[in-house]
Amino acid sequence: MNTLSILNLLAGLILAPLLPGIINRTKAVFAGRHGQPVLQTYFDIFKLLRKGAVYSRTTSWVFRLSPVIGLAAVIAAMTLLPALSAPAPVSFAGDLILFAYCFGLLRFFLVAAALDTGSAFEGMGASREVQFSALAEPALLLGLAALARATGSLSLTGIFSASAGPSAGPALALVSAALFIVFLAENARIPVDDPNTHLELTMIHEVMVLDYSGPDFAIILYTSSLKMWALGALLVNVLFSFLPLHGPAAVACVAGSMILLSVLVGIVESIMARLSLLKVPQLLAGAVAISVLALTLVLRFTS
Amino acid sequence: MSLLLLPLIIFFAGALLQMVFGRRVAVVRVAGPAITVAGALAGLIPVIRAFGGKSVTASLPWSMPFGSFSVEMDGLSALFALPILVICALAAVYGSEYLKSFEGKKNLAGFWFFFNVLAGSMLLVVTARNAILFLLAWEVMSLSSFFLVIFESEQEHARRAGWTYLVATHIGTAFLLVLFCMLGAQAGTLDFSGFSAAGMAPKFLSAAFLLAVIGFGTKAGFMPMHVWLPEAHPAAPSHVSAVMSGVMIKTGIYGLLRVLTHLGTPPAWWGWVLVAIGAASGILGIVFALSQHDIKRLLAYSSVENVGIITAGIGIGMLGMSYGNDAMMLLGFAGALLHVLNHSIFKSLLFLGAGSVLHAAATREIDRLGGLMKRTPFTGAAFLAGSVAICGLPPLNGFLGEFMIYLGSFKALTGSAAACPAAGVVVIAALALIGGLAAVCFTKAFGMIFLGEPRSDAAAHAHECGPAMRIPMLVLAALCVAVGLAGPFIPKLLIPAVQVLAGRQMTDGNFFAPTERLLTNISLFATGVLALSALLLVLRTRLLRNKPVSESVTWDCGYAAPTARMQYTASSYADPVVRLFKLFLQTRRKFVSPKGLFPEKSSFSSATPDFYRERMYRPAFNATEKFLTRFQWLQHGRLNLYILCIMVTLIVILVWKLR
Repeated sequence: MNTLSILNLLAGLILAPLLPGIINRTKAVFAGRHGQPVLQTYFDIFKLLRKGAVYSRTTSWVFRLSPVIGLAAVIAAMTLLPALSAPAPVSFAGDLILFAYCFGLLRFFLVAAALDTGSAFEGMGASREVQFSALAEPALLLGLAALARATGSLSLTGIFSASAGPSAGPALALVSAALFIVFLAENARIPVDDPNTHLELTMIHEVMVLDYSGPDFAIILYTSSLKMWALGALLVNVLFSFLPLHGPAAVACVAGSMILLSVLVGIVESIMARLSLLKVPQLLAGAVAISVLALTLVLRFTS
Repeated sequence: MSLLLLPLIIFFAGALLQMVFGRRVAVVRVAGPAITVAGALAGLIPVIRAFGGKSVTASLPWSMPFGSFSVEMDGLSALFALPILVICALAAVYGSEYLKSFEGKKNLAGFWFFFNVLAGSMLLVVTARNAILFLLAWEVMSLSSFFLVIFESEQEHARRAGWTYLVATHIGTAFLLVLFCMLGAQAGTLDFSGFSAAGMAPKFLSAAFLLAVIGFGTKAGFMPMHVWLPEAHPAAPSHVSAVMSGVMIKTGIYGLLRVLTHLGTPPAWWGWVLVAIGAASGILGIVFALSQHDIKRLLAYSSVENVGIITAGIGIGMLGMSYGNDAMMLLGFAGALLHVLNHSIFKSLLFLGAGSVLHAAATREIDRLGGLMKRTPFTGAAFLAGSVAICGLPPLNGFLGEFMIYLGSFKALTGSAAACPAAGVVVIAALALIGGLAAVCFTKAFGMIFLGEPRSDAAAHAHECGPAMRIPMLVLAALCVAVGLAGPFIPKLLIPAVQVLAGRQMTDGNFFAPTERLLTNISLFATGVLALSALLLVLRTRLLRNKPVSESVTWDCGYAAPTARMQYTASSYADPVVRLFKLFLQTRRKFVSPKGLFPEKSSFSSATPDFYRERMYRPAFNATEKFLTRFQWLQHGRLNLYILCIMVTLIVILVWKLR
């Protein structure tokens, strides 16, 4: 652990709520609107932190505990993330598995909280969430396996500080594609979920947190931003792992690329419609297939 | 008298004495569980010795031909004996209260007799070192658990489940008989110590391996030999299900491992067979689990899934062994063994929780439950811990074993000694999918039973169980947390067993140190997650202090009169995934749609019967039955003719022998 890795972690913790703002601003520009401030998520979070809360009578302590465990899980996942050659605060062999499973913990409690409200809408959202993430998980882990094979390392820090060699280029491109689909699905973006929808029946992530208010909802919003940062930074790390950047430049590169990634997500959301819910499993199965293909390539073409 | 004989004597002699002298209800209530707890405590002494590296052995004179009463507690036996003793003791304490409602209606003296015999025979199975003794203990274990399954024999489903179990377990034992006869004929003795792979033809060894996989796999619940499991486990009283699902099926894993230690270095395809069985059992097990409506059936199928994970780990370990990749072997075997321990903890916890739900609301139908967290808070919290653990999520114990198996598969992919990358890919993909589907299954089980509003009157008037049922659940839930945080100490439990499996002493510090460091890291990380959660919880509570906090109804889009029946049901929750796997599940749906301008009654029901039972076993057994009915004319009921048959047979044998 050194100052650079702390800097990297702090950049994520502080800048993450910027991402939804940038996505929304991009969409507004595309639609010819002025749009909300880029810092809107920060304003929302601080406003909510000052408020009281309203709880449903149906809920139990699981509902109150869940946001806290979710936030702890996603912060824990972020401590495992390096920025290119800048090491992560925590790293050991196999931490890539832990990284994936931290999101599993977050999801378990988010879904439990949704079921705790006893609402049919939230049950429906929870059902879709677990279905899609069950398919996204193999894509993520097989993609990580391809990276591990290409670099011969079993920790995220090791993977991104080693150079994979030019023969792994096509495989890395395929892994990036799979991770981008996982990134969109896990963060409830178009084409999997539409964060702007106003109909409870069609929501996935938004409907699951419908009954939260006050500081709990602030935690939920922050957790979502962090999750977007964590999975996005993983993707950015794969994309730019060939750059010979060191020290603060690497951290700055990752943070800067995160902003570009948000613009890209904004563009995707502006030019694409959401997929029908029945088609989403096919998209995710496609991501798994891409990961398997990447893995086949690295197994065949690297020693 | 040896230390190892004492627990066996307590279990068996205690069971007999209690059957003879203590048949009064008040005596049985205390004596039955007390014998189990005493036997378990006595059994822990040799287990601890074996973990310390010193095997405990004992032998008694026995006049059985080819048999010898030799028992030994080595590292591998101790690893399986530990959960057997702990879970049996906890289940017995739980049972002392759970069975109260049966007092006066059922023969509880008989129940505790079979329960203690089951505990003793399981201990004997994992310590026996002679094939005759092993098979005898194996048979006693199967029969005593059969009598526990048909405890509620007045119900037809229990009798049918018991019958299925009895048939399945004996088909498995038949394969074991052949296996041990083969090994014995080759070695010239039926003592395990005489079995050796040296000088045996590879074909012979492979045949022995396949017999062991089928015979022991039937007990362990490998797909497609699992069909008895979802029938028998739900039918038994819940604490018996906890023992059967938590530890008894692991004797199958133990048997397979024990036989493997005598078959020498395995060829690669053995490892592949286990990887394939493991992946198939794991994925299909959890898919069948999440389509079930009955909580105990769901848990039984999830045992098939977890046995699949364990088997995949053993497969990875064997591949590592045959390719000489030590890291892969160590991680595969150690991960599988750790998952054996972990699964026994959380699966028994979940079965005890399910028993408490059944006790509280008198139904096992998930769709009739709901809102129990407020009515049975202890059971709810314990069930939550078990659910998080069984999904293999980080701060709890379930993650550790799966993590080691994952890492073993990653080792197969990377590194210089990359031996069998394809097997690594299969296991990684299977574990990832299983992880995702287990989350669906157990958010469904926990969420629909304990959260939301009660879906029936029985659930609304549920009541919490008493202390004798609470304490075992509390202990197991605490163990889920404790094992998750005890990473640095776990290798000490696993190393003796892995050394037995590897067939050599591995004192090399470089070999075990990485594993120890690895588990320490995970446990430190888990501690960090828990500490961070606690810190954030304090922060959140401080933020809400002096703020208006009020209660209201759940957001319902402005609808004025929501009822509990409008909640999402467990069936609809799991339905998208069930449809995704419809090829395997073949769920039957019956839907009567509302008709007319003033719609009257409509209904929907779905059921997912076991594919293999319907398509494989039922036709096979029907054909067998048809064939055998041709011989029914022999069964005429006339005793004098029966005796004549016996006489004729004896004379024929005599003549043939004296010829």
